[in-house]
Amino acid sequence: MGKWDWQVFLQDTGGGRTYLEWLMSAWGWTLSVAVLSLIVALVVGSLMGILRTTPNKWLVLIGECWTELFRNVPLLVQIFLWYHVIPSIFLVLRGVPSIVLVVFALGFFTSARIAEQVKAGIQALPKGQRYAGLAMGLTLTQTYRYVLLPMAFRIVIPPLTSESMNIVKNSSVAFAVSIAELTMFAMQAQEETSRGIEVYLAVTGLYFVSAFAINRVALLIENRVQVPGMIGGGK
Amino acid sequence: MMTALDFTFLNWNVVSNFILKGLIFSVQLTLVAMIGGIALGTALALMRLSGKKWLVMPAAFYVNTLRSIPLVMVILWFFLLIPLLIGRPMGAEVSAIITFTIFEAAYYSEIMRAGIQSVPKGQVSAGYAVGMTYKLPVLLTQTIILFQDTSLVYAIGAYDLLKGFEVAGKNFNRPVETYLTAAVVYFIICFSLSMLVRQLQKKIAIIR
Repeated sequence: MGKWDWQVFLQDTGGGRTYLEWLMSAWGWTLSVAVLSLIVALVVGSLMGILRTTPNKWLVLIGECWTELFRNVPLLVQIFLWYHVIPSIFLVLRGVPSIVLVVFALGFFTSARIAEQVKAGIQALPKGQRYAGLAMGLTLTQTYRYVLLPMAFRIVIPPLTSESMNIVKNSSVAFAVSIAELTMFAMQAQEETSRGIEVYLAVTGLYFVSAFAINRVALLIENRVQVPGMIGGGK
Repeated sequence: MMTALDFTFLNWNVVSNFILKGLIFSVQLTLVAMIGGIALGTALALMRLSGKKWLVMPAAFYVNTLRSIPLVMVILWFFLLIPLLIGRPMGAEVSAIITFTIFEAAYYSEIMRAGIQSVPKGQVSAGYAVGMTYKLPVLLTQTIILFQDTSLVYAIGAYDLLKGFEVAGKNFNRPVETYLTAAVVYFIICFSLSMLVRQLQKKIAIIR
């Protein structure tokens, strides 16, 4: 294999840009997929997690079915379902760009895990808080909005942080449906340049940096929303 | 608007020719990576708990590095590096087995570490057994995740359960039906296993 050859990144890909430029655009795709999926996952996952703690057994059932469904099928298979199966069953979705399909696939997959965390966070609160809210005349929705969720979400920040880091890693599966993200870049650039080690090192490094950045942002949020005297407070 | 689905081509012949081979490999990969991963993971956990810096550092480096890289990239790395190290090409299937064992060890080791740490000091020998039964559901849950993750050998073209369905779908020009069936098969396997884990958890909760 010989010596390092980092100049490979300055070579032209044949498409009018260097491998470095391609690498950067791939990084952009990875971050876009990860961030958009995270938004979907947080919204849907919180909703499903909340449903699972409501007193209505039908809502609980919906939340549980959702979680089991999206937790027990491999992410790659789910991505193939979104990409190959859903558009051919629902023809309206034919023109939807694959990035959107991947964002929903990864978002829903992760929402099952987030639902689990949110549920655990709400159940970790003393039952008295719920009863106190209801006894004061708040509706169930108000009790969730003003009493339960503000504390529950603070409790689940650490597990949500690791889910957010997982989503960056899991976005790599998008290579399978030809999204031009980092892993796809790694595979193609490796083949074209035969400089696999340099290419993989650069890509792996960018995954590290991305996950680390998300970790820092989450820590910042955790510190900002900290309630003095409560869990994790006064570090 | 919907197109009609047709599953009639999925007869026993197709299943035994295309899918069974893949299923056997997926299960094999899961079992080898589980056993190897738990063995290696336990060794790593003991290294990290040994208190000796020259053991703690490499084990921590191993675990933290592998846990921060996407599995697909780890699969690609090994597929690239193993042939360079041994000087000859290696089949995707063997490469996958080596990769998953080494990769899963990092995850199992964290479970084993937590398991060993949860045992109060002074009851070490009796406690190890208790700690391990307590961790059994967690180890099994990790194995379910492992089984799902084996589908990622797609990246190097190994012939696993998903690949079996994909090849069958291509041969009969019925990709929609085969992907759908693949999802159902994975769901049934993983859901049944997770139900089993839940039963086990209840039992252990009673014992404790």
